[in-house]
Amino acid sequence: MKSKTYLTLLFVLVLVVIAALFDLSIIGNRPFKLGLDLQGGSHLVYQADLSQIEKKDWASTMEGLRDVIERRINLFGVGEPIVQTERVGDSWRLIVELPGIKNVSEAIKMIGQTPYLEFREPKPNYDELVEKNKDKLESGEMEIDELFQPTSLTGRYLKKAQVTLDPNTYEPRVSLQFNEEGARIFEELTERNIGKPLAIYIDDVLISAPVVKEKISHGRAQITGRFTPEEAKKLARNLSAGALPVPIKLISQETVGPTLGAISLEKSLRAGLIGFLAIVIFMILFYRLPGLLASISLVIYIILVLALFKIIPVTLTLAGIAGFILSIGMAIDANVLIFSRMREERKEQKSFERVIEDGFSRAWPSIRDSNVTTLIVALILFGLGTSFVKGFALTLGLGILVSIFSAIFVTKNFLRCFINTRLEKWQILWK
Amino acid sequence: MANTMEINFVKYRKIFFTISTVMILASVVSLCLFGLRWGIDFVGGSVIEIEYKNNRPSLEEIKHSLKNIDAGEISVQEIGEKGIILRTQEISDEIHQKIIDTLRSSGEFQETRFEFIGPVVGKETKDKTKIVIFLALVSILLYITLAFREVSWPVSSWQYGIATLIALFHDVLIPIGIFAILGKLYMVEISVPIITALLTVFGYSVNDTVVVFDRIRENLLKRNLSFEETVNKSLNETLSRSISTSLTTLFVLLAIFFFGGHTLRYFSLALILGISLGTYSSICLASLILISWKRS
Repeated sequence: MKSKTYLTLLFVLVLVVIAALFDLSIIGNRPFKLGLDLQGGSHLVYQADLSQIEKKDWASTMEGLRDVIERRINLFGVGEPIVQTERVGDSWRLIVELPGIKNVSEAIKMIGQTPYLEFREPKPNYDELVEKNKDKLESGEMEIDELFQPTSLTGRYLKKAQVTLDPNTYEPRVSLQFNEEGARIFEELTERNIGKPLAIYIDDVLISAPVVKEKISHGRAQITGRFTPEEAKKLARNLSAGALPVPIKLISQETVGPTLGAISLEKSLRAGLIGFLAIVIFMILFYRLPGLLASISLVIYIILVLALFKIIPVTLTLAGIAGFILSIGMAIDANVLIFSRMREERKEQKSFERVIEDGFSRAWPSIRDSNVTTLIVALILFGLGTSFVKGFALTLGLGILVSIFSAIFVTKNFLRCFINTRLEKWQILWK
Repeated sequence: MANTMEINFVKYRKIFFTISTVMILASVVSLCLFGLRWGIDFVGGSVIEIEYKNNRPSLEEIKHSLKNIDAGEISVQEIGEKGIILRTQEISDEIHQKIIDTLRSSGEFQETRFEFIGPVVGKETKDKTKIVIFLALVSILLYITLAFREVSWPVSSWQYGIATLIALFHDVLIPIGIFAILGKLYMVEISVPIITALLTVFGYSVNDTVVVFDRIRENLLKRNLSFEETVNKSLNETLSRSISTSLTTLFVLLAIFFFGGHTLRYFSLALILGISLGTYSSICLASLILISWKRS
């Protein structure tokens, strides 16, 4: 019996030492992952407008959009950005996380400014329209836009854009190279519009409308728009970094400055430490030696949970730390239940060993029940919640699971060590 | 010795009932009078938080300097020693920059936080939260049904269930009432964190009650005491355990409330209120309701 106890404790000790070394980054150099609210940074949510895209292509379009934005952000140089797509019901989102960014406004502008390139073709009754509205068009009463209709050829089919010089006028122009699919669409488009203009729009603004002379099948096009060399260069660079395949709109933003992040982290950690000390003092005053043992197993609990945070890895947000701190308060509950029960068992003049065993076995249903309800709620919150809720639910849930382990394996075996020792008889220690 | 001292909860139950009834009525009245102040999480809007380096200008000065900005109504509130919080409808990044630039003349400061939530996202959060609340309620109901599925003498299992629900309702409604008052007095908003806290109270407080009920049923099996005596005995037996477990949890929550910074303040307050009330109701409400039912 006793050797089994010592063996279990030895196992716990080894586990804890490894976990502690891991926590302190002495082994396995892996830092804690901090959320944007603790390290400072920006969380942006964009809504993609997929109305012009066929439903079956939505997922692949979103992937393209993500790649484009990712390239853009990498140009901007932020440490470890995250760009991911998210589907909410029928709408598709793009989530951009920029940790440690200083100038969010500029980043937003840059993401938003990514030019949206599209080709528009003349409406079927183009000639008629031009004929009828000649005067209005000349006087500017009618916009040229009204002569054109959207096509499926947009920046999403673009492979490359670069600045070239017009061999005749030596004016800078932007040369476009489409990918295979884009080249095919462009071929169809030019074929059916021979002799008519094809309008090139960037961000809804007409840049040029060259007249198609013949079918173009190699997927190359030029934009000439009386650019200065600088403008042409910028446009080419932005287009190759990625013309946005679909328009996007910023629908939510959360930015936390690095100072507030650091203060939040420091304050929440201090709160955790103070709470922990209060528990230790209370437990020792109220439960004596068992209280001390429970405090030691609480330390073990904290070391193990922190190691788990690193291994999984859990991104620690302020809510996550709050959940973890709350779980410290709840982790000790199991010990309280056991010790209360042990006190009752002692009144029945049982042997020390029986007090421990019965105390544990009779407290177990309560421990199980009290953790189950909190765990159920944590699961629901994790499954459905927003990011705040998820962080909280995850650390709380993890904490509860580890706390059951620490109460059953650690505290119980600590207590068993005292069976048949002189300390066992020392009433004041156990009270 | 604490072992021999017994508190006669049953005798004082009318006082406990009165206290709880008054608190619930007060909550309902303040909810009707003030309503809840929903945060931008749910209705959309923008929040700008800045921290002045030296002196914080008065709220009037700040409001005055911003009066030409086209951002609808801007509410300004002091926070901490040198900080202010601006709340507006949802604004674009340009207007946000305009506000910051305008404020530059009021003193040196740092923008610590900017949050912007569009109405669509707000509505989604609202819908999602409704589902979460519904699921939490259903699963807690299922849990209660399971916990009390064996009929026990002399009150039936559904009566245990209803008493638990009354206690649960009590534990969550009163904090909501208090937040209605705080919203009126200090512009405290109901945010996602506060809802999360109250849902956690849901899970936490129900088992406080269940533990006491379990003990009552365990003691009833011995059948040498009357129902009133059994309830009172069970309450006394679980009293120290109930108080200790809540105390340890309250220690960490109070630490977060006082030392954890303003971001977590109302989140921890909601938990503190809910868990304290949960302990109170499991001792002084749920079991005593059973006695009153049995008598009538």
